[in-house]
Amino acid sequence: MSIFSFATNTKIKFLALRKPAFILSTILIISSVLIYSFNGLNFGIDFRGGTLIEIETSETENLSTLRKSLNSLDLGDVQVQEFGSPKNILIRVEQQAGGDKSQQNVVNIVKTELNSSLNSEVNFRRTEVVGPKVSSELIKAGIIAIVVAVFAMLIYIWFRFEWQFSLGAVIALIHDVLLTLGIFSLLQLEFNLSIIAAILTIVGYSMNDTVVVYDRVRENLRKHRKKEILDLLNISINETLSRTIMTSVTTLLALSSLYIFGGSVIKGFTFAMIWGVLVGTYSSIFIAAPLLNYLKVKRDWTTTSAVESTQK
Amino acid sequence: MLHFSRSKIISIIAISIIAILLALPNLFSDQKISKFPSFIPSQKVNLGLDLQGGSHLLLEVDTASIKIEKIEDLTFDIRRMLKKDGVKYSNLKIVEDSINFRISDTSLVNSLVSDIKDLSQSISQNALSAQNKSNLEIQTNNNLINVSLTEDYLKQIAISAVNQSIEIVRRRIDELGTREPTIQKQGISRILIQLPGLDDPERIKSLLGQTAKLTFKLVDQRSSYDPNNPTKAPVGSEILPSDSNSEFKYIVKKKVMVGGENLVDAQPGFDPQTNEPVVNFRFDRIGAKKFGKVTKANIGKPFAIILDNKVVSAPVIRDAILGGSGQISGGFSAEEAADLAVLLRAGALPAPLIILEERSVGPDLGADSIFAGKIAALIGFIAVIIFMVLIYRSFGFFADIALILNLVMVLGILSLLQATLTLPGIAGIILTIGMAVDANVLIFERIKEELRNGSSVINSIDSGYKRALSTILDANITTLIAASILFFMGSGPVKGFSVTLAIGIFTSVFTAFTVTRLMVAIYVSRVKPKELRL
Repeated sequence: MSIFSFATNTKIKFLALRKPAFILSTILIISSVLIYSFNGLNFGIDFRGGTLIEIETSETENLSTLRKSLNSLDLGDVQVQEFGSPKNILIRVEQQAGGDKSQQNVVNIVKTELNSSLNSEVNFRRTEVVGPKVSSELIKAGIIAIVVAVFAMLIYIWFRFEWQFSLGAVIALIHDVLLTLGIFSLLQLEFNLSIIAAILTIVGYSMNDTVVVYDRVRENLRKHRKKEILDLLNISINETLSRTIMTSVTTLLALSSLYIFGGSVIKGFTFAMIWGVLVGTYSSIFIAAPLLNYLKVKRDWTTTSAVESTQK
Repeated sequence: MLHFSRSKIISIIAISIIAILLALPNLFSDQKISKFPSFIPSQKVNLGLDLQGGSHLLLEVDTASIKIEKIEDLTFDIRRMLKKDGVKYSNLKIVEDSINFRISDTSLVNSLVSDIKDLSQSISQNALSAQNKSNLEIQTNNNLINVSLTEDYLKQIAISAVNQSIEIVRRRIDELGTREPTIQKQGISRILIQLPGLDDPERIKSLLGQTAKLTFKLVDQRSSYDPNNPTKAPVGSEILPSDSNSEFKYIVKKKVMVGGENLVDAQPGFDPQTNEPVVNFRFDRIGAKKFGKVTKANIGKPFAIILDNKVVSAPVIRDAILGGSGQISGGFSAEEAADLAVLLRAGALPAPLIILEERSVGPDLGADSIFAGKIAALIGFIAVIIFMVLIYRSFGFFADIALILNLVMVLGILSLLQATLTLPGIAGIILTIGMAVDANVLIFERIKEELRNGSSVINSIDSGYKRALSTILDANITTLIAASILFFMGSGPVKGFSVTLAIGIFTSVFTAFTVTRLMVAIYVSRVKPKELRL
């Protein structure tokens, strides 16, 4: 055995922790929902509509002065923040009243103001204008995409396993999605289109983890017909533990590199993914697997196992 | 699972070489690629606008305005017809997309209905439709008549307006000489424009923001504009603002003498006397004839040149202009004159365009993103490679070779499909680096278990591969489902992410079961290890 080989032959009693884990998760989910209902999400312009301008200045500019001058333009709420470095500034202007036609002047007004009030050369790195029609469509499409994804997983696992597995996996999945929404609401991180993509990837990743554990549970259900279900679940989690850790570590290695070196534009997306991998790994072990105990998973696998064993 | 036939080995090697060849052009500049022998593919990965810089504009054709215009035209026609027939009517007005009016003589209703149906024929000819079906829906209730345009007809004019708009948008953009623009229809009434390399679309936006409907109308000299009575115009005339000074208004006759559809050319130029920028235009034969006739009959009177319902100028006709060419001056700057010439040459839009979404990325940010993405990919890659070797020793090394090939394949397939690589797409590749080893990890862990259970090396490897297969498929299909939902629901950059993610899933499973397995098989048959240090 290699000295670095870890988590092999473990006999950790994960299922003994099922009650504390359920309590913890319930608390986390309730707090997520509460935080969300107080804080809401910090929607980016993809979902809220409005204008976003990223500039690079040749000198370091005073943000509060700039904020003051932009807020006096009669464009409603204008947010000014540093973006990645002191010379990179992100300006967000709220959606203007009057529908899609009214959004277009904002860019010109802000550009004129920036060129006259800043002392430095201004390089316009990014301009995004999203009107009310598109933003409301994007919100709808985002919600539908997540719901469809969760539903597709429910069907797929039901098809490949049994309904108890599918229900357990989907509860774990909803747990992951809610906690991700919760952390974004708590930290007020910008929630935009790429976060929807991240959540969908989390759905895929978390499912991937759960399926590996479930696959082993099913195999052990065939192998050990008489074993206590709790012991059987413990064995299954322990047997797949080294794989679970390995894959989480390699994925986290890649994601951390992206988080540190990948630039400011992609940071929110990477943060969501890292969070999702951690939460998804936790939920596969501590939520999805123990749920099989409560969902009264079928014990008599004789008929199917007979077919399977002839195949092997 | 450890036996490979000769043909299998050859095809695995062939696929790997093809993947390397497909990915190869991405390492070189376009100049060097052109010197490659012809058997090497030359297609590079298509960079999205967020990486190469450029503008993305989503426009909507305001089809509602065409509907209103059509109904107003119809109202005008019906009013004229009623007048011509001497029918007494009252309360003629537009109510919710339909025209209502009452006639005093109920006995005339039937004959009126058939007259209005005749009107509908002429409308359909105008719209170039081959349908014999009436475009009008006429309902009567005693002496109340209600006329509306049919849904089918409205749909048809909307479709043709959108197609025509796309054509004109394309002409206007082409006139500016933008590099490789993409202009495509999206949904029913939307136009998606992608302009690589253009990070400030202001000029294009202002060009697309005008319908550029040009008309020539006579100025009504019977009365002058009264600021105290800003809506009062004589019958048959209307009040239009000046283009240069919105305070100033003109009263012009409603009748269009000549229209922009008769123009064949428009070029910017300078007035030889005043040196002021102007637009020189030329009419086709019909236009020239009309223009000659009007100017001849109205010498000494002002002639209004109207663009999008604003009077650009109203010069006094000095002479009959018979040659069919003329000049528009209106205090333009040189660029304004050039843009107006572009608009007139490209033709008028059938309806205004509304900008729904704009996303522009400067070339600096795009280059920064690519650089950051490369660094992140490289460091993530090295970290994963080292980690795998630390944990799995020689098997980790095999997995690493597969990982490298996996990346090459993703690049190769992206180049082959000419799929667009976006910033989230790069994130997808980096995520794939982390997740691609999963298939191999599942297999290696399985092999370890088999070894622990006392199986021989060969048997452990063999059943390790066999048993891990169904788990690997199940696990990856879930990610694939998520990726395909993203592909179908997502837009732009997010779509790019789902494409790289999906390709990464396929290549990682493929390489695990071909490349890594082949290397393991060769290792086992050459080294014949008595025990595995996994």
